[in-house]
Amino acid sequence: MNDIWTYLHYPFAQHALIAATLVALVSGLIAPFVAARDMAFAVHGSAELAFPTAVAGLLLFDDALTGALLGSVLVAIAIALLGSRRGDGNTAIGVILAFGLGLGVFLLSFYHGYASQATNILFGSIVAVTGRDLAVLGVVAAVVSLLVLVVYRPLFFSSVDPEVAEARGVPVRILGLLFVLMLTVTVTEVAQVVGTLLVLSLAITPAAAARCWTAAPLLVTGLSVLFALLAADGGFLLSLAFVDSGVKASVFITFISFGLYVVARVAAVVRRV
Amino acid sequence: MSQRPAIQLDHAALRRGDRLLWRDLTLDIEAGEFVAILGPNGAGKSTLLKVLLGLLPLSEGHALVAGKAPRRGSAEVGYVPQQKGFDTDLGARGRDLVTLGVDGHRFGPLGAAGRAARVEAAITAVGAKAYADRPIGRLSGGEQQRLRIAQALVGDPSVLLCDEPLLSLDLNHQRGVVELLDRRRREAGTAVLMVTHEINPVLPYVNRVIYLVDGRVAVGKPDEVLTSARLSSLYGTRVDVLRVRDRIVVLGAETEPHHDHDHFHDSDAGEWHAQ
Repeated sequence: MNDIWTYLHYPFAQHALIAATLVALVSGLIAPFVAARDMAFAVHGSAELAFPTAVAGLLLFDDALTGALLGSVLVAIAIALLGSRRGDGNTAIGVILAFGLGLGVFLLSFYHGYASQATNILFGSIVAVTGRDLAVLGVVAAVVSLLVLVVYRPLFFSSVDPEVAEARGVPVRILGLLFVLMLTVTVTEVAQVVGTLLVLSLAITPAAAARCWTAAPLLVTGLSVLFALLAADGGFLLSLAFVDSGVKASVFITFISFGLYVVARVAAVVRRV
Repeated sequence: MSQRPAIQLDHAALRRGDRLLWRDLTLDIEAGEFVAILGPNGAGKSTLLKVLLGLLPLSEGHALVAGKAPRRGSAEVGYVPQQKGFDTDLGARGRDLVTLGVDGHRFGPLGAAGRAARVEAAITAVGAKAYADRPIGRLSGGEQQRLRIAQALVGDPSVLLCDEPLLSLDLNHQRGVVELLDRRRREAGTAVLMVTHEINPVLPYVNRVIYLVDGRVAVGKPDEVLTSARLSSLYGTRVDVLRVRDRIVVLGAETEPHHDHDHFHDSDAGEWHAQ
């Protein structure tokens, strides 16, 4: 444990811990809606599509995050335009996803910088977070949190009960578009920390675990944020404790997140017996 | 004192694309009236509800709900949509569904004042107190339907629109739901307009029926409309209406598809539902 404390005096570790916290906060907030709207595949799709846009960012601005954030807006529009209904959406996302990954690999062949930049996009590089990255993460986290606060009730209404929500005058379609946009931006942020391949561990697992404990919506959201924080911060601190092993923080984050889910499922079964 | 009708339709017609769903629909539905909308699949029964909800414009004619043009989000209208069921682990309780009926359409972090008391009253009124705090996806169809009715009534609407509220409910729950709606319209004067293809559970309660077939419309008391002569001319083919004790069996009319619910497997093809 001494090790962790020592490391936390370094700016890289402080940056990483702040990044993990910010990312956990927004993904924990978004995750219950992802679960209620059955959009796990959209998360996975937009996460993997952050790969080609991040590589494009590397090529154009020598900065993966800028490319990924700009790209996430394009991805959101594409997802929203190609499929309005659930089933449609999945097929459309699958189509864009396959093309997007190919495009990413294609773009990568033009990139001659550090090769690790590319694997960082895929598997996350929490220790590479710079002060500027943190500023971007902070702004995105603030905007997404504020938006969730404002649209929480109508978004929840249109997620669990779209027909009545529409009849009651809720702008169901516009909220759907807004949510996809919030989702892709959040996912891009999360991808910074855990990588595009492991995004679901923060963007859906915490909500899946929370829903095993309670059906009260605000409590689900609260637990989801708590689980995401435990996974992200805990995972990073563990990676410091086991720094000699060379295992990435994203791996520990995924493990903790899944562990919380397993505990929740087992507890749910036990309580029902 | 003559009250303003809850719903007014004047030579209303609706087309989707170049297909005529119905036309010349003219009637006033008074406060407290219970009206069933009947007819084969695709006749535009649910679409009529959509018009009254302000989700679709009429192609011809005029419609007024509580004296005003139909408008999305009107507080005068409660809506019980066709039963779809909820995901088992949706992360919402019955109480939350009802709460959304109060202020689910409102933006911002603050809920409506006095919300909890109104929700509690609505839940009690439909007899759903015992299971209102359980996850909605784990409730039975009948329990979910009661909570849906509570959600629609919590805003105290003057018009209640229900789309197949009896679908996939067993006989006991069907009776329970219909009695609930009947009590509401008697006690609060709420006009109830219900799309159904099961006439028998509602027959003792409804004042009038709207029968839609292939663009044609018949409106009147059940005894006037549900006759062999009237339905034969409506369908343009020989239809027999039989009365077995206090039930009605319609033979020869276009059959409703049975695949979306289970407990009518035994009814013959060609026989209109009469369980």
